[in-house]
Amino acid sequence: MKEPTACPDCLRRSRLLAHLAPYIERIATGAVGSRSPELLRLSNEDLAEAAAPKVAAQVLAQVEAVPEETLRADLLAAQCWACCRHDSRFPSGLHDAADAPWALIGRGDPALLERLEPDGAVTVVGARRASTYGRGVARELGRELAAADLVVVSGLAFGIDACAHRGALEGGRTVAVLGCGADIAYPGSHRSLWRRICERGLVISELPPGTGVWRWTFPARNRIMAAMAGMTVVVEAARRSGSLITADLAADLGRDLGAVPGPVTARGSAGTNDLLAGGACLVREAQDVLDAMLGPGVRRAERSGPPLEAELREVLIAVERGEETCDAVAVALDLTGAEAASALATLEALGYLSCSLVGSYSRTLLAVPGV
Amino acid sequence: MLATAQTFTLDGISATSVRVEVDVHKGLPAFSMVGLPDAAVREARERVRAAIVNCGFEFPLRRIVANLAPASLRKAGPGLDLAIAAALLVASEQLDLDRLAPVAMAGELALDGSVRPVPGVLAIAEAARGRGVERLLVPAENGAEAALVDGLEVVCLESLGQVAAFVEGDWSPPTPQPMPLRADASTHAPDLADLRGQRHLRYALEIAAAGGHSLLMVGPPGAGKSLAASRLPSILPAMAPGEALEVARIASACGRLGAEGPQGRPFRAPHHTISPAGLIGGGNPPGPGEATLSHRGVLFLDELCEFRRDTLEALRTPLESGWVSVARAGAWRRLPCRFMLVAAANPCPCGRGETDPECTCAPLAAQRYQARLSGALADRIDVLAAIRQPTADEIAGPPGESSAAVRERVTAARGRQERRLGAGRCNAEMTPAELRESVLTEEAATLLAEAYSRHRLSGRAHDRVLRLARTVADLAGEEEIGREQMAQALQLRRRDAE
Repeated sequence: MKEPTACPDCLRRSRLLAHLAPYIERIATGAVGSRSPELLRLSNEDLAEAAAPKVAAQVLAQVEAVPEETLRADLLAAQCWACCRHDSRFPSGLHDAADAPWALIGRGDPALLERLEPDGAVTVVGARRASTYGRGVARELGRELAAADLVVVSGLAFGIDACAHRGALEGGRTVAVLGCGADIAYPGSHRSLWRRICERGLVISELPPGTGVWRWTFPARNRIMAAMAGMTVVVEAARRSGSLITADLAADLGRDLGAVPGPVTARGSAGTNDLLAGGACLVREAQDVLDAMLGPGVRRAERSGPPLEAELREVLIAVERGEETCDAVAVALDLTGAEAASALATLEALGYLSCSLVGSYSRTLLAVPGV
Repeated sequence: MLATAQTFTLDGISATSVRVEVDVHKGLPAFSMVGLPDAAVREARERVRAAIVNCGFEFPLRRIVANLAPASLRKAGPGLDLAIAAALLVASEQLDLDRLAPVAMAGELALDGSVRPVPGVLAIAEAARGRGVERLLVPAENGAEAALVDGLEVVCLESLGQVAAFVEGDWSPPTPQPMPLRADASTHAPDLADLRGQRHLRYALEIAAAGGHSLLMVGPPGAGKSLAASRLPSILPAMAPGEALEVARIASACGRLGAEGPQGRPFRAPHHTISPAGLIGGGNPPGPGEATLSHRGVLFLDELCEFRRDTLEALRTPLESGWVSVARAGAWRRLPCRFMLVAAANPCPCGRGETDPECTCAPLAAQRYQARLSGALADRIDVLAAIRQPTADEIAGPPGESSAAVRERVTAARGRQERRLGAGRCNAEMTPAELRESVLTEEAATLLAEAYSRHRLSGRAHDRVLRLARTVADLAGEEEIGREQMAQALQLRRRDAE
């Protein structure tokens, strides 16, 4: 496929954002990023005037003076390409947002751009400080959604985001939207994940290569994630989590909003439970997302595992009941340690169970056929 | 007149020959000592002077020089007292040691002339025999350990006066009986029957013991981790005579060998504040650390995550090779440390475990804690046992199977490994080449391949599972690794962080 294209004006807009980043940072503090998407609605001149009144003219002139060759050479040097709002491959969902970016700078497979449509992409976000439960669900959900041929969009952050990406890489394709240049792996410890997404998926940003992170760039990238996908699923979030901003932005655009329920006692799930109470779509598994996005039963998520013998079923039920260690399973079903170990390992190998670093088992989303 | 006496100084856990030369000649009365003595050896002057006088000998009021040869070797400890006193008596013509030649001696003197025990007599006796010494004079309390060495006449002394009496033939010393080398745990050792409930932990302990695999126990405080670890030596197979001698030699060099000899395999549980030098050995001159003290036994690291990182890192190479090399300015030692590593940790900082509703840890703190668990030494740990708080019924229930019954099965499994790998070796030490020779049934191979791709095991983790499966099969008495055994090994394996 042909490389996507971007006109110089749109590229200069992202240059301008990078130049103004420190100034926007100064006025967009306060409640996390509450003002930055509004600012981003403004025209170049108004934005510069609003963010940096003293040097507005100077910055505008500076950006205007950058020759087109330099803009393109910078992209090439960072192994990136760009796609602007005038290109037909620009994700159509973004046209719905008044504050949409003018251009997307991408690194990775440009063919994925065409699949970033509201009926082909789902955004999975959640807290950085996620529990084992949340991370497990994010990973499973990411894998199943990607396997059901949806593009999984997330933000490469710690916790839920990274797990959703990892799961999606196992099942299909994923897109990471960054709050810095697409050539920068942020956070740094996700460098290898960033590299894998660059190779097998797509990393995009509205900022030019080399731009660092600012506080306002995170809510700003959230608006891109919210607008691009047909549905936003919040896996786990506390009441003041940044992922609720993404949820708000998605709801404002009329996108579907889903949330994964958590224990009512868990502070870390209070935000998602609130979303559910407020009418968000209940997400227990990938099928819930597919039904909400595409209509009930239009596409089926492949999520049944191989059939199980009666003994293994019993062990699985014991784990579902909350017997989480091998010892607890052995006692509950009166098995020897060896029998319980063998059954758990078999169920884990079949994908019905996952085991934490400290040896406690939890149920995956994989369903047993015929149940 | 000049006189010499043969003795030995402890050098790590082996002994090095030292010749004491004493010269008594005319001049102002003085007693000087040369030849790199440490503080304890320098103070020998006062002890020797008092002991000689109090045993009815005469302390020569002349110029006395004692030289400890070789002059370049640092001499440590009070074990040289006896030889210095004897050489001094010979030099002042009060004793004729030549009649006993070739003779050597070791012992500390009390002011009243009695001979006190010293550490490392077993090593000294071995070194003495190696140098062709026929008679060895040792403190009475150390007689039993010196008698472990064949081809050496051991003379047990209670006082300096007995040296003269022995030389003159006025006194014939009793022949010491060699101390018993207990190859298995004594009857007083804690028994595995104390561990109630905990089926999975018992099973994991048995597998770990059978294959010599290192074990990590994760569970809330008070669930029985330390109790289980301290019972591990009692289910390990009895030591071979040579191994028991090694254990006795190390214990003797560290002054920890009681009159009853070693009590089965050692069990060491250093506190987590231990320094690297304390764990693997150090100091100058270098001495053995906890790793060497647990040679042929069990080293238990409770609260693994609380240990300093550099301390655990220091344990890496010794774990792999079974030896620790400690180098200090002017000294280099290689000490044996072939032990079984057992570690314990809480599942999260508060100890209750993330899924416990009472757990107060922030998710991130728990994750960080677990990451530390998978970082520190983790790639040297084979088996993971998740432990939970036993229920009231289990605690009140009948005692578990006794150590003796478990040890029988473990010994049988070790026997199979020795037939396959050679004497003294176990599955945990299998080389990749030996590992490739293991026979798997088709089902087992399929399961391993599935797990390999699904859990994205590393090559190292793959080999570890294979070793574990071999042990499970050895315990079951199977030549081929079946599907069942492979599944158990997969369950027992330690989990890697992503």
